[in-house]
Amino acid sequence: MSSLDAAWVYLSSSPLWHLTLTLLAFQFSAWLAARSGQHPLVNPVMISVLIIIAVLTVTSADYPTYFDGAQFVHFLLGPATVALAVPLYRQFVVVRRSLLAILVSIVCGSLTATVSAVGIGAWLGADISTLLSLAPKSVTTPVAMGITEQLGGIPSLTAILVIVTGILGASLGPLVLSAAGVANPAARGLAIGTASHGIGTARAMQVSEVAGAFSGLAMGLNAIATAVMLPLLWRLFFA
Amino acid sequence: MLGMLTLIFVCQLIGEVLVAAIGLPVPGPVVGMVLLFCGLCIKGDTPPALAKLADGLLSNLSLLFVPAGVGVMLHVGVLGEQWLPLSVGVFVSTLVTVIVTGKLMQRLMPREAADESPS
Repeated sequence: MSSLDAAWVYLSSSPLWHLTLTLLAFQFSAWLAARSGQHPLVNPVMISVLIIIAVLTVTSADYPTYFDGAQFVHFLLGPATVALAVPLYRQFVVVRRSLLAILVSIVCGSLTATVSAVGIGAWLGADISTLLSLAPKSVTTPVAMGITEQLGGIPSLTAILVIVTGILGASLGPLVLSAAGVANPAARGLAIGTASHGIGTARAMQVSEVAGAFSGLAMGLNAIATAVMLPLLWRLFFA
Repeated sequence: MLGMLTLIFVCQLIGEVLVAAIGLPVPGPVVGMVLLFCGLCIKGDTPPALAKLADGLLSNLSLLFVPAGVGVMLHVGVLGEQWLPLSVGVFVSTLVTVIVTGKLMQRLMPREAADESPS
C-alpha cells in the first residue's frame, strides 16, 4: 500500500500524468462522439473538460499543477494555426473569387458578435470588467486574451467565454444555419469560423474541406477585424 | 516531416517577432499563417510532407482547446455571480452572429464560386 502511495506521489507531481489524462479524456470523448454519429451536441471538448475537472477535483489537484502537464498540448495551438494555411491554399481559387463577399461578411459578423454580446450583457447587469472580458468572445483564444488585457478586462475569464462560445457555435451553429436556409458549404464554414473560431473550425473541418478552409480563414480575419475595431468601438461608447 | 515541422515553427516565430517588433494588433500565429500561405502561393503547390503534417495537426484541432477549457474551474466565482448576462450574452450573440454571417455570405458570394464548391 505504501509503495502504491509513493508511486502516486511521484506520478501526481510529474507532468506526464496530466498530459496523459488530457489525451485519455479526449480519446474517450472522441470515441463517444463517433458512437453518436458525430452528433453536434456530443462535443468532445466539452466532455473532455468535464471529465478532467472531475478527476482533478477527486485527486484535489489545482489548475496550475494540471497545466504543467497540459501545456504541451496547449502549445500546439500556435503551430496548428500556422498549418491552417495549407487547407486555405487548397481552397484558394474559391476564396479568391469571393474575397469581397468574405471581407464584408466577416466585418459585419465581427460587429454583430461584439455589439450584441456587450449589449445583452450590459442590459442584464454585467459589470464593466465582465463586459470587457465578454466582448471578444468570438475571437480565437490568444487574440481574445490580448484584446481583453489591452482594454482592462480579465484575460482568463475571456479564455473561458471564448471556449464556451466555440463549443456553442460548433454544436448549435450547423443546426441554426440549416434552419436559416444557409446550405452553401463555404458560407456555412465562414459563419462558423467567424462566430466560433478554432473550435468551430475543427468541427467544420470534419464536415467538409471547403467549410473547414473558409472557417479557418474566417477565424484569422475575424481576429484581425475584432482586434482593430473593438478598441475603437469601446472608446466611442464607454470611455 | 521534421523539415516541415521546422518550417511551421519558423513561420510562427517570424510572426511572433514581427508582432512584438511592430506592435501589430494580431497574434503571431495568425501572421505565421499568412506567411506560410504567401509561401505556398509563390511556390505554386503544397509539398506532400507539409500536407501530411498539416492534416495531422488539424484533424485533432479540438484536443488543443482542452487545457484552456479546464481553466473554467478558476472562474466559478464570477461565473456564479454573473451567470445570467454571461450565458444569455454568449448564447444569443453567438447564434445571431452565425446567422448574420452565413446569410450575408450566401447572398454576396459570386454565383460561379458558389456553384463550384462541392457540397
